[in-house]
Amino acid sequence: MTPGLWELVLKGVWTTIQLLVFGALLATAVSFVVGIARTHRLWIVRFVAGVYTEVFRGTSALVMIFWVYFVLPIVSGWQLVPLWAGTLALGLTYGAYGSEIVRGALNAVDPAQKEGGIALSFTPWQRLRLIVLPQAVPEMIPSFCNLLIELLKGTALVSVMGMGDLTFSANLVRLALQQSAEIYTYVLLIYFVIAFVLTRLMRGLEKRLKAGVGKDPGTGRAARELKRAQTTGVGVAGGAGLGGGAA
Amino acid sequence: MKWDWNAVSGFMPHFWDGLRVTLEALALGSLLSFTLGLVWTLLMRTPTRWVRWPVGVVTEFVRNTPLLVQLFFLFYVLPEWGLTFSALTTGVFAIGLHYSTYTMQVYRAGIEAVPVGQWEAATALNLPRRRTWTAVILPQAIRRVVPALGNYVIAMLKDTPMLMVITVLEMLGQARLFSQQHFQFTEPVTVIGVAFILISYLASLLMRALERRLVR
Repeated sequence: MTPGLWELVLKGVWTTIQLLVFGALLATAVSFVVGIARTHRLWIVRFVAGVYTEVFRGTSALVMIFWVYFVLPIVSGWQLVPLWAGTLALGLTYGAYGSEIVRGALNAVDPAQKEGGIALSFTPWQRLRLIVLPQAVPEMIPSFCNLLIELLKGTALVSVMGMGDLTFSANLVRLALQQSAEIYTYVLLIYFVIAFVLTRLMRGLEKRLKAGVGKDPGTGRAARELKRAQTTGVGVAGGAGLGGGAA
Repeated sequence: MKWDWNAVSGFMPHFWDGLRVTLEALALGSLLSFTLGLVWTLLMRTPTRWVRWPVGVVTEFVRNTPLLVQLFFLFYVLPEWGLTFSALTTGVFAIGLHYSTYTMQVYRAGIEAVPVGQWEAATALNLPRRRTWTAVILPQAIRRVVPALGNYVIAMLKDTPMLMVITVLEMLGQARLFSQQHFQFTEPVTVIGVAFILISYLASLLMRALERRLVR
């Protein structure tokens, strides 16, 4: 591959990273708003948030991207810049998945913690901000890490619309070289490296957040193995009863 | 803008064709991912490090890279290597391979959730290793993993539109073709979006029913 082609690939990497960052920001915002709305005390708020989740999880991300690119301009009269259209489609789709993560983590907070907040006559907003969220967020991180990898893989979809991301550049390079194996191998490796870096970053974040609420960060191989053994009932003596009970 | 019902009715014959291809890809892809996933899981449990290590690296790689690029890779590279398959076969293979790296995690969790006592009982009964797996462990493990596998069937369903990029005329491919011929985008894409919501909803109902039957 010539330097010119590499430059094209690097440009694609930059677009992919921009999409990833903006998409992740929008998806996080949507996740929290919709996820918190699904635990709201008014049924209508819960219902609307639930419909949103079902619709955006139910459709394919690619169909959603088509819809944003082709249908939205006709319906609304606004043609979005490709980067924002891609961000919108990805953020709304993956935000719907994220809202389930937020909802699950909020529900997993010990009820006594919320009752403690009521006893101290905190407002609902104070309870959420000072008691529930600080405990729920560290629990969300591993799932959000998975979602972030899914989002990274989802960014490749915008190439179908002709947006110059990494996958799109790869297709151009394939046409230029008339060889496929080399460029696609590089591209897969680049995606893998980005995913690997993301995983490391999220693990560090989880450790810090858990330490912040006084929880065992669960670092190290031994701790992880033990935790897995406790939840699955394999590997430690006496685990059988635990595993059987949990299953 | 106006919603054009004529476009909808004009699109419907193409839609049914696309739906058939989508469901075909989904059925074959699921079957392949269920089988391969179990193979990976069992390979990961072999005592030999030289088997576990490569399987671990390859599956980790496949899981963390985009299915779309994998589709391109298989579609353009396999013919260069002298292996020519139809687009649909390539697509089914890509989907099955990609999702097998997810189902392997599911199987692993399911196998680890079988109580240790079951293993010990099999040893006590002096069952051969193969019988232990086929008669004791797997029947219990697979029953536990059906709901999680069902989730991945729905995820696969939503990834089938990607087959469009390798010329498979599934639902979205048909919609694009129709759009190019009639310059009407809104109706076909919306019809497909609704179809996806309906199918995933039906599939989740089906999974729940199946789950109830298995748990009983």
